[in-house]
Amino acid sequence: MLRIQCPFCGERDHSEFTYGGDGSIEYPALDASLEDWTEAVFMRENIRGSQLETWQHTSGCRSWLLVERDTMTHEIHSVKLSHPDMGKATGGNR
Amino acid sequence: MTRYSAWSVFWNGLTGQKNWDRAWRDPEPKKEYDVIIVGGGLHGLATAYYLAKNHGQKNIAILEKGWLGGGNAGRNTTIVRSNYFMKGNREFYEHSLKLWEGLSHDLNYNVMFSQRAHISLLHSPGARDGAARRYNTMRLHGSDGEIWGLDKLKKEVPHLNYSPNSRFPIIGAAVQRRAGTARHDAVAWGYARAADQLGVDIIQQCEVTGTTTKNGKMVSVETNRGTIKGKKIGFAVAGNTSRVWQMAGLGKLPIETHKLQAFVSEPLKPLLDQVVVFGVGGAHFYISQSDKGGMVFGGDLDWYKSYAQRGNLPIVQDVAECATSILPCLGRVRLLRHWSGVMDMSMDGTPFICKTPLDNLYLNAGWNYGGFKASPASGWYFADLIANDRPHEHIANHDLKRFERGYNIDERGAGPDPKLHG
Repeated sequence: MLRIQCPFCGERDHSEFTYGGDGSIEYPALDASLEDWTEAVFMRENIRGSQLETWQHTSGCRSWLLVERDTMTHEIHSVKLSHPDMGKATGGNR
Repeated sequence: MTRYSAWSVFWNGLTGQKNWDRAWRDPEPKKEYDVIIVGGGLHGLATAYYLAKNHGQKNIAILEKGWLGGGNAGRNTTIVRSNYFMKGNREFYEHSLKLWEGLSHDLNYNVMFSQRAHISLLHSPGARDGAARRYNTMRLHGSDGEIWGLDKLKKEVPHLNYSPNSRFPIIGAAVQRRAGTARHDAVAWGYARAADQLGVDIIQQCEVTGTTTKNGKMVSVETNRGTIKGKKIGFAVAGNTSRVWQMAGLGKLPIETHKLQAFVSEPLKPLLDQVVVFGVGGAHFYISQSDKGGMVFGGDLDWYKSYAQRGNLPIVQDVAECATSILPCLGRVRLLRHWSGVMDMSMDGTPFICKTPLDNLYLNAGWNYGGFKASPASGWYFADLIANDRPHEHIANHDLKRFERGYNIDERGAGPDPKLHG
């Protein structure tokens, strides 16, 4: 079981979370070329080692998180909010 | 090398089992080969065998970083079926099933292929309609398929949970009778022995650590046993495809590596004669009984990308829940062991057997959950591609560019999320 330190809820089992995918992808503009969109949607580096990935705390605060995790050892190096201003925008204090 | 026969078993029984030959040689790598296959799994072994048998290639090497049968060949639930719906897939997997039917004789090695029927349970009229469409399509394309009602199913598989009060009551099943299971190690050993007899060098403990490319061609691979030149090179390294691909400087692939667990219980007396699949709601579960009596079963992926060949506990619980909900009689059965393999999960759940940006490099990858049953046809078509330098019409769209063309072969309709293509 991985344990993920959610910035809102604290350290929780990974079974509370849903794995998103590669967190390093930058989606192109809506009117970008077909090649650019194919690249963003379908092509992956598929890193063995430390990678940036997205998780959602689906059974908790439902925040999307950016997690830096090793895909070989499963060690988690860092966790932060995908949308860091969300707390302020919703009137929270974190 | 002696041919295996009833006589050879009898004779060696009388002479103390001391006169068996090695099943395959253990050669030193040569400096150069006509074809190098990287990866000595079932797909690599089958490819080398069919290159030698169907296409008369003489000078072939298989490079395997570990030992034969040590990767995904030994980490699966040994199910063989061809109940695929989409163009490309249905022809491919039916060809594979036909090869399975003759494989033991072809290889002179008993792969213990047992056509015990593959039974997908149905739980709603909608699911039954969907299954009827799929199985009728299979029949129209020369495969076999049946839809069973509840009475027939209860007679054939008596131990399932037929309670009308269960969360998803069973109403029938979609059945492929020619499907079944095979002995996974025997398949690896059978292909290895047959390929070796046709002159293929199987080089174990030989890991590819780098590649050399010149003028749009891959000229050689670096290994821990020296540099080996190849006129043509094929990659068949499921799970680690992205790593060798990047070693060759070829960039990204439409693949993510995920791990899939499988389980075996303590041996039981005969309980389940068929392969049974339970998939409804969030459940995904498949089970059969091995010849030794162990219940062999599996479920979903571990739900996050990983290269580690070890499984996580939530899936163990998930699979155990599926097992006891569909076969409550397994409640007190102890797990003997469980293991995890790394899968190439592709963006549409369909594999790649294709040419690459390098002229003499060929790719065989992206097998998702389905690599075991596919291995004979995978080797067959990959050998055909390597020998003739063009894809067979059945695999015309099994290339890396299909996403750009909008030709996704998405059997499950799950979209470009690799973890969903179970």
